[in-house]
Amino acid sequence: MNTKRKMFLKMVTASLLRRRSRMLIALLSIAVGATILSGLVTIYYDVPRQMGAQFRNYGANMILVPASGASMTTESASEALKEIPPDNLIGASPYRYVNVEMTSRQRTFIAAGTDFEQVMSTSPYFVVEGEWPRNDREILVGKETAELVGVKINSVMELSFRNEETKKRNRINFTVSGLLDTGGEEESYLFMTMKAMEDLTGITDTLDVMEMSVSAAEDELNSYAEAISAANPDISARLVKRVTKSEASVLSKLQALVLIVTLVVLALTMICVCTTMMAVVSERRREIGLRKALGASDQSIRAEFLGEGMFLGLLGGLLGTALGFAFAQFVSVNVFESSISFQPLLLPLTVVVSVVVSALSCMLPIKNAIAVDPALVLKGE
Amino acid sequence: MSLLELKDISKIYGELKALDNVSIHVDKGEWVAIMGPSGSGKSTMMNIIGCMDKPSKGQVFLDGVDISKESSRKLTEIRRDKIGLIFQQFHMVNYLTAVENIMVSQYYHSLPDEEEALEALGRVGLRDRAKHLPSQLSGGEQQRVCVARALINHPELILADEPTGNLDEANENIVLDLFRQLHREGTTLIVVTHDPEVAEAAQRTIVLEHGRVAREIINENFQE
Ligand SMILES: Nc1ncnc2c1ncn2[C@@H]1O[C@H](COP(=O)(O)OP(=O)(O)OP(=O)(O)O)[C@@H](O)[C@H]1O
Ligand SMILES: [Mg+2]
Repeated sequence: MNTKRKMFLKMVTASLLRRRSRMLIALLSIAVGATILSGLVTIYYDVPRQMGAQFRNYGANMILVPASGASMTTESASEALKEIPPDNLIGASPYRYVNVEMTSRQRTFIAAGTDFEQVMSTSPYFVVEGEWPRNDREILVGKETAELVGVKINSVMELSFRNEETKKRNRINFTVSGLLDTGGEEESYLFMTMKAMEDLTGITDTLDVMEMSVSAAEDELNSYAEAISAANPDISARLVKRVTKSEASVLSKLQALVLIVTLVVLALTMICVCTTMMAVVSERRREIGLRKALGASDQSIRAEFLGEGMFLGLLGGLLGTALGFAFAQFVSVNVFESSISFQPLLLPLTVVVSVVVSALSCMLPIKNAIAVDPALVLKGE
Repeated sequence: MSLLELKDISKIYGELKALDNVSIHVDKGEWVAIMGPSGSGKSTMMNIIGCMDKPSKGQVFLDGVDISKESSRKLTEIRRDKIGLIFQQFHMVNYLTAVENIMVSQYYHSLPDEEEALEALGRVGLRDRAKHLPSQLSGGEQQRVCVARALINHPELILADEPTGNLDEANENIVLDLFRQLHREGTTLIVVTHDPEVAEAAQRTIVLEHGRVAREIINENFQE
């Protein structure tokens, strides 16, 4: 390094490290600003993920149904699922609906054949009293239906289905493993495994709907849906608007809030650094006059104060990145009950913003420094 | 040969004439003392000679160049290249060590050179205090550092405004001895002082009163 640059760095750092006092206040305000900046940016980028996870509790946000005039099979549906990255697919529950008769009451009900493992992840709001079915002879009965026909957990129900082609009625006894509470229309259904439904009805392979829970923003969901519909002409993919819309609007409001808070904090930081540096400049008038008397040009004075400001920004930015991550982690753990990973890009971002903010804050103080009259040192002020 | 020539300069602050038609002339290598009561315009004159202020009227020739009309940027350059300054309040940058304070002057002039700065400190007898901050130095030591700083860039002209005003006898003598050395090396010295002893060390004394040159005294007893 050349001796001139070395001396420059020496002066700039010595001014901060040996003088301390007021510069420490400026450093502190930059660090606080940088902390909030990096903390909020972390949350800003992490909130969609966290919120998405929270929203997935409200159920499926995309469904596959057969295109009009076509039919959907287990095979074609699983082909369609390949359009969605496996990491983003939280669950996909196939459903086939059939009218079955409860022999003892001579009433028909809608029975749904599905995959219970998947239902648990696509419909986390399903509350089961008792147990989820463990085999192909156990069923879930919607609460409403259970009350209507007076069945309880462990009751045995005989269900029958009349095959229109063979004109034969098939009967099977099922044990009620649990009662389903959803607060929705599902409470009037019976739920069984796909295999149980095949055994009862002889119908295989066709699906009426595939309910999916996908971790993605609205735009992404739309593009997945388009890709699926394009690649599989027999299948139509649709978003469940009620869920995706409210998710998107809550998110955008939250992100706007975070953005505004960040801007306000940066503005406050600038005001604080600016006033502190003003005080520092007036405190150092004699020194500035002396430097000018020794031959410092306006540019030298500007470079030195800018250098001090940027050094301040650098230190504050580094400090703020660390504290900000801790802050974001704290918020995440306490609000969303999940931890976040450190974004490496955050370090350069915070440092650059701190350096720029700090340098901008020094503009006015630098103007004052340049205006100092070197003659004052001879006057013995 | 003339290094400095003030031609009818005046400095006017509103009603007040801090300098009133002053003309003086200093040769290269000459050692001149400036005396006069408080408020007589000594510092005002030093500021003008030191390129830190401009006269309201008149011309100032430094090394043949009229500096009375130059831009402040140009004045900074001239001050940096030709003039070494010593002040009554030994102004130092308080967060830099003795040797770093000298290097600041090199930094603005050309390139910092620690070896050379240490040599200059050695010349004022403070090489062992190189790493001390100003707060760790006595007043006399600080002023000696300032002398070292003033001579580090080999200026043609050293301007000192009451350099011994705050010093004891011993330190005053050290500073005067340094001036004698500089004089022998051919440096031009202009020293403002209230102290007749300091004035007697010079070749010539100019006395200011009410912003005018009242008289000039040639020192018959001057010893090289
Ligand atoms: N910036 C200024 N504005 C107005 N008046 C000034 C200014 N600077 C100096 N003066 C006035 O000019 C006169 C000369 O001041 P100067 O500082 O030159 O005196 P001096 O001879 O150095 O005195 P001292 O021995 O006390 O240092 C004084 O009356 C002073 O009040
Ligand atoms: Mg004075």
